[in-house]
Amino acid sequence: MLSLIVSEGKDLTKEEKQRLRKEKKQQKKIKEKKDDKASQENEKEKKPVTSAAPASQPPTQPTPTKTKAELKAERRARQEAERASKQTKKGETGQQAATSKPKAPPSDLQPVVKRLPEHIQVDNPDVLKKLAKKLERQQIPLRSDYGYKVSLFSHLHQYSRKAPLTQQLSIPSTVIHPAIVRLGLQYSHGIVAGSNARSVALLHAFKQVIRDYTTPQNEELSRDLVNKLKPYISFLNQCRPLSASMGNAIKYIKKEISNIPSNCKEDEAKNKLLNCIESYINEKIILAGVAIAKCAIEKQKISDGDVILVYGCSSLVNHILCKAFEKNRKFRVIVVDSRPRLEGKEALRRLVQKGISCTYVLISAVSYILPEVSKVFLGAHALLANGYVMSRVGTSQIALVAKAFNVPVLVCCETYKFCDRVQTDSFVSNELDDPDDLIVTRKGTTPLEGWENESSLGLLNLVYDVTPPDFVDLVITELGMIPCTSVPVVLRVKNVDQ
Amino acid sequence: MPGPYKETDLTERVEAFLSDLKRGGTGAGPLRGSAETARETTALLRKITAQARWSSAGDLMEIIRKDGRRMTAAQPSETTVGNMIRRVLKIIREEYARSRGSSEEADQESLHKLLTSGGLSEENFRQPFALLKSNVIEAINELLTELEGTTDNIAMQALEHIHSNEVIMTIGRSRTVEAFLKDAARKRKFHVIVAECAPFCQGHEMATNLSKAGIETTVITDAAIFAVMSRVNKVIIGTQTVLANGGLRAINGTHTLALAAKHHSTPLIVCAPMFKLSPQFPNEEDTFHKFVSPHEVLPFTEGNICNKTDLNHVPTFGKSFSDLDISSLSGFF
Repeated sequence: MLSLIVSEGKDLTKEEKQRLRKEKKQQKKIKEKKDDKASQENEKEKKPVTSAAPASQPPTQPTPTKTKAELKAERRARQEAERASKQTKKGETGQQAATSKPKAPPSDLQPVVKRLPEHIQVDNPDVLKKLAKKLERQQIPLRSDYGYKVSLFSHLHQYSRKAPLTQQLSIPSTVIHPAIVRLGLQYSHGIVAGSNARSVALLHAFKQVIRDYTTPQNEELSRDLVNKLKPYISFLNQCRPLSASMGNAIKYIKKEISNIPSNCKEDEAKNKLLNCIESYINEKIILAGVAIAKCAIEKQKISDGDVILVYGCSSLVNHILCKAFEKNRKFRVIVVDSRPRLEGKEALRRLVQKGISCTYVLISAVSYILPEVSKVFLGAHALLANGYVMSRVGTSQIALVAKAFNVPVLVCCETYKFCDRVQTDSFVSNELDDPDDLIVTRKGTTPLEGWENESSLGLLNLVYDVTPPDFVDLVITELGMIPCTSVPVVLRVKNVDQ
Repeated sequence: MPGPYKETDLTERVEAFLSDLKRGGTGAGPLRGSAETARETTALLRKITAQARWSSAGDLMEIIRKDGRRMTAAQPSETTVGNMIRRVLKIIREEYARSRGSSEEADQESLHKLLTSGGLSEENFRQPFALLKSNVIEAINELLTELEGTTDNIAMQALEHIHSNEVIMTIGRSRTVEAFLKDAARKRKFHVIVAECAPFCQGHEMATNLSKAGIETTVITDAAIFAVMSRVNKVIIGTQTVLANGGLRAINGTHTLALAAKHHSTPLIVCAPMFKLSPQFPNEEDTFHKFVSPHEVLPFTEGNICNKTDLNHVPTFGKSFSDLDISSLSGFF
């Protein structure tokens, strides 16, 4: 196997690289027919490593004395040795998934490299080149950035809504399933927005993909399906960066797929997968919402005479309020909204239809209206491992002003949104939306009309921000009411369970 | 000019000014700047001094007080009108005292004198002086020239407060702050982040003006104020009024900005000319905020939710926040 290495990886043409890869795969298959299930999983972990490594190998390695192909080969040799030693053990799938990160054991070969996600390294041309190569291999068009980016955020992508990715796709697309193309368009235009909605739409689209999937000859469902999903995920990522909840859902699906035993019939396997996805949606999203609402209402978090402030449109918070109203609690709601998305209008519509009395203000008026408020309910996009709450931009501001007025702040979040990332400010990892959304015409004048021509003018349209845990008083999850700092405990318990 | 003709001309002017105040204070159109209001008020008071019939200082003060009450009632949120009237009254008192020939020290109202005198100083103003009129008009002219120069005087101090490579945040549109930053930009290179201040979005115009002057500007939404505050070195804002307890009456959203700055320990600088200082306290909650029609926020076209929602009138001016530390007050005279 080592004889296949050429000195400079870049000089291989595309066909040669594909041929090399096929040969390696064949050789591995022959070897693995003799191994048992544990080693199959090792193999699968290597594939995400080798395909992700070209895209995301950080160029921070100090003057590599060995080329990348040689390093890869060495890593592979090491892993083969490890696999051979593990032949008799039965590895647990969960731990295998956790070790898929290419962390080299503390040996002499290379320093420990942490895989940084590509979407926060936009200012690095090497990373961009690798991404372009990866997308080319998967036959997905690369979306180009738009407009002048504020220098503080030059490490993030900034796309324009007027140039969706699908314009560059051929019709019909042979690589990407049409359900996924539709989903990508819905994401990039904001038709499907909101963390829960995006996850559920993703899972439904994957169900469709699985239904239409047939295993090709000489391939195993468990490995081939995962490979089929990879270009879809890249495509969706290009349409709109994946959210934390979507990331967790994808990890779950991949784990379930790779757990399918090789002797399982195709129909049986597909049914099993569809049921898994259905139960995931049901347990983690729908039932969790019901449990959270029940918890909030029974523990008297919404009592008679309350004035509740909500921000933007969170499906979970709206659900809680509707349920409380059905249980005949007397309260009124103040909906706070902000430009340019104005999602609060949607929340307003839903609440008013139920008959809840609402007031509507913009976020600049929040310090005027807060003295009337008794509680603040906020939704979350993700809960980070250091207790920070990542949510729609403006949430941290509301929590800050509420703290100043001594109003309790309650965050409602399902546990599948917990992620083990750590972040302390809103800059390192965020999403930049289309800057043209900020332009507004008032009384016939549009001051920002020609902003692209002004060299010193930039528009910033942030999507998320992080709220420090000292502003949040309580987090309501389906596991109960926990303080913000208990998130790593929950994550640890979840990992042990799996 | 014959007397009656002067009178009607004067009353016409006053009425025109009053209706202008009433109309101009909606906050919707191009905001009539406080400086213009101050200048017009002072010019009108000068005209009253010149044309109205009065024989002694006390009469003049009565006339001005009466007209002044009407002016402040026309637009209570424009505090510069009241401030200018008080300034002119003080000028009249000073000129009267100087004409009487009494020295400055004797006439100063020490606390002891106030407590022990018991006698009213009102009577003193009944003495007629021939040159009083021209003196008062001259003093008012001086006041007018001072008003002309306030923005420039504040802008001259810009270089003391801004160093290179700073990130400065501001909110909405303030002519004083614009001049301040443009003056500093002649010598220093820095970044400015402007919060747009929905729903009127005056921040957009401010940002375009600043970027045309060559300053690196970024426009952010109000919701992102706290998110970007951690990278900001200074916050520089303008205000509508500075209150007697040190608080501010400023554009909506300034309170949030100030809280965010306090959380990150960022200094907050307010640029305000002297005519914005007011002896009022922020006591009445109802009359303190100025509200505008809510159709700016939720237009009537969204009728089906409009009639079921309790739309708050949009507060244009917000509360004071004297409990926060405001590090420096650059008012120049």
